[in-house]
Amino acid sequence: MSFIRNVQKILKQNVREYGMYIALLAIIVFFTTMTNGIFISSRNISNLLNQTGYIAVLAVGMTLVIVIRHIDLSVGFLAGFLGAMAAIAMVQWHLPVVVVIPLVMSMGVVAGLITAFPVAQLGIPSFVASLAGWLIYRGALLLVTLKTGTIIIPNDAYNAIGNGYIPDITNLNILPGMHKLTLLLGIISVVLNIFNEIKNRQNKLAYNFEVLTVDMFILKLFFTSTVILGITWVLAGYNGLSWTVVIMLAVVAVYHYITTKTVLGRYIYAIGGNPEAAELSGIDVKKLTFVVFGSMGMLSALSGILFSSRLQSATTIAGQLFEMDAIAAAYVGGVSAAGGVGKVTGSLIGALVMTSLTSGMNLMGIDISSQYIVRGLVLLIAVIFDVSTRRRGK
Amino acid sequence: MNSHILEMKSITKEFPGVKALDEVSFAVTKGEIHCLVGENGAGKSTLMKVLSGVYPYGEYTGEIHFNGIEQRFSGISDSKKAGIAIIYQELALVPEMSVYENIFLGHEIQKRGIVDWNETIKQSVEMLKKVRLEINPATKVMELGVGKQQLIEIAKALSKDVKLLILDEPTSALNEDDCENLFDLLRELKQHGVTSILISHKLKEVIGIADTVTVLRDGRTICTLDARNGQVSEGILIKHMVGREINNVYPPRPRSKHGEVIFEVRNLNAYNPKIGRTILKDINFNVKKGEVVGFAGLMGSGRTELALSLFGNPAGFEISGEVIVEGKKRDFKNPRHAINSGLAYVTEDRKGNGLILIQDVKQNITLANMKRISKRGIVNENNEVKQAIEYRKALDIRTPTIEQKVLNLSGGNQQKVSLAKWLFVSPEIFILDEPTRGIDVGAKFEIYTIMNQLVAEGKSIIMISSELPEILGMSDRIYIVSSGRITGELSIEEATQEKIMHMATN
Repeated sequence: MSFIRNVQKILKQNVREYGMYIALLAIIVFFTTMTNGIFISSRNISNLLNQTGYIAVLAVGMTLVIVIRHIDLSVGFLAGFLGAMAAIAMVQWHLPVVVVIPLVMSMGVVAGLITAFPVAQLGIPSFVASLAGWLIYRGALLLVTLKTGTIIIPNDAYNAIGNGYIPDITNLNILPGMHKLTLLLGIISVVLNIFNEIKNRQNKLAYNFEVLTVDMFILKLFFTSTVILGITWVLAGYNGLSWTVVIMLAVVAVYHYITTKTVLGRYIYAIGGNPEAAELSGIDVKKLTFVVFGSMGMLSALSGILFSSRLQSATTIAGQLFEMDAIAAAYVGGVSAAGGVGKVTGSLIGALVMTSLTSGMNLMGIDISSQYIVRGLVLLIAVIFDVSTRRRGK
Repeated sequence: MNSHILEMKSITKEFPGVKALDEVSFAVTKGEIHCLVGENGAGKSTLMKVLSGVYPYGEYTGEIHFNGIEQRFSGISDSKKAGIAIIYQELALVPEMSVYENIFLGHEIQKRGIVDWNETIKQSVEMLKKVRLEINPATKVMELGVGKQQLIEIAKALSKDVKLLILDEPTSALNEDDCENLFDLLRELKQHGVTSILISHKLKEVIGIADTVTVLRDGRTICTLDARNGQVSEGILIKHMVGREINNVYPPRPRSKHGEVIFEVRNLNAYNPKIGRTILKDINFNVKKGEVVGFAGLMGSGRTELALSLFGNPAGFEISGEVIVEGKKRDFKNPRHAINSGLAYVTEDRKGNGLILIQDVKQNITLANMKRISKRGIVNENNEVKQAIEYRKALDIRTPTIEQKVLNLSGGNQQKVSLAKWLFVSPEIFILDEPTRGIDVGAKFEIYTIMNQLVAEGKSIIMISSELPEILGMSDRIYIVSSGRITGELSIEEATQEKIMHMATN
């Protein structure tokens, strides 16, 4: 009895934090039922995650941009343009992949810094500055693909980024048909997660901070472990972890670390929370605006690479509406439009929610027009939920 | 007999924890210029907000009679309809719009939603004539100086057939010519039957123009004086304004000899390009080691601008002059430079630019000195928690845990977090801007105690305050600021409330 009451209490208190996870779970359950299990099949989940990749990395960068009270609309076509530049570098300039990727990522950083300049130095609203970028990169993408049209990328190594999977341990004779390395990685991350959570809890206890009761704590560990193992099990049933998912998780992990454990992360959230107070505390707001937009540009390049390698070509409309998907993912993931609040992990979940909706509705054969309407409503509901739970002050 | 155009009877208005107005009575005779004076926080603005319906009927107790009728305004539009117009210090014109659009903004001359621009312009010209302003009504407001903008505000009020004109600190932004001009206009309007209420800190002006003066202090009406026969002097007004008893709420401190000069400012001038005005003029002062230097001045006197100019100038003023810290000339390009040279600035507006309300106590405490709890850019969270707990204990910050959001703390505890944040930087010179504004007596005493400890350790404090008892209770030496200048320096022995107020209202 008290156990269930405890669960209810915890859920109520943390409804903001857990809300997205519950929503994602509900969406998965709903589509699984509606499609007789096809939705949860290994192949579909693997596809779904791969489709999330190029939006998720943008959503991660967008999280920081929105946290410091700005927006970047240019990232979609910037990704498209830089994807095309990668293709041109390989096909026309005959550069090797190991050179192309850092080259294109640096171009992304430069592009981000250029967007930041009018914003940080001249006080131009980022909406306008990046809208100009949106037009410019759209034009640039058309310009570089003007003569050739779609550029086919014949490079296997490059295309593996968007289509390949991590190798398996081949000399093991257990679990035939399963991807063993994926399972192993899943188990390792479960163990690390449990270890980490226990350490955190003990730290908090040492300072008399509020922690979950033991039964709730175990329930939470059980729940997260089940989710991780479940996903790896499903993925292992197809081809295992794709490189896209590995890159996506790596980006989320690095940015999660930066935002939660470093001085840089602190400063970014301080600026978002109160720019004047941050400035008066000795934080260089201008410099960090450049840093955040620079990182956004770099992740746009990464998104462009993921997308073009997935298509194995650079098209003339690549990147269209990516920025809107990334912004929607960030908002669904709990980033506050008022600034200063939002987690990169939340934005990842937000991106997963949005692609799950697309994938599920595709499987159900729902018309594209209705799909947009449903996704719009979900975005609206998510933001209303966020604002109303925030107002309660919890 | 009853020639009062306005009578406010027993007005009481409470904010959570504070009685801003306590049984205030205020009567204005038809056709007079009535001045309302009092210190910051005396209740002048609150009283005018009650009158103009900003605080609607029901949020205050008492009666308002206007034009012989009891009024129960439920909003500003009601008071406007009755013929009351308020002109605030910050003008409420739309800079990008033309003069005639502004004059008739909100009560356009129209027929079924279509504006008659020809008639608007024609009437605007008449209104401008009334305020003796010879400009093209198509001029954009942003192209005009503050003085002319004010006249346009008055023209706007006249266009609405105003019966009672309220001006809140109208002259604080004006030069002498503009002031004279404005006062001439008010006298002329008086001839035409317009009654004015003028709120002002400048007592000379008040004596020059007022028919009647009412003094408020601590939310009460102190007296109403007839000013027509030259019976009212600055001295009398100041006495009424500050005549309160100073209770001994200041922890005693041995006023020992102070060390050498640690901080000095020479010929500081500052110009604010955003409002096109010189905000600081020829500022010279110094601070000694272990000294509390009080900066007394009324709101809008330039005290906060002074603090900002010294602290790395984040507002982007155009500054000239010298700042000398511990014998070395410094040129701070941003707040970080100032912090690195040993300065700290606890802002006047802790919610606006002091604290990050949506973050927790520990994050706010450590923000200005992350170096102390990090290595190579990585935050040592255990160390952070340890430090934050120590500061919480040292300053007795009352919060359930240091993971509480600052948003949820009381004003006094928020102020302690602000102090803790700067103590964490271990600076030598503290600039405290209104350090006890809006906090209760107990927390005030604690803040004063912390200040005493700091100077005992040889730190120096620049304390900006508009509360005279606080200035007198805490300072070793006092500078008085008025209209962007230092108008006087007093040692604590020679300082009295009257002397300070005299210099501050000059």
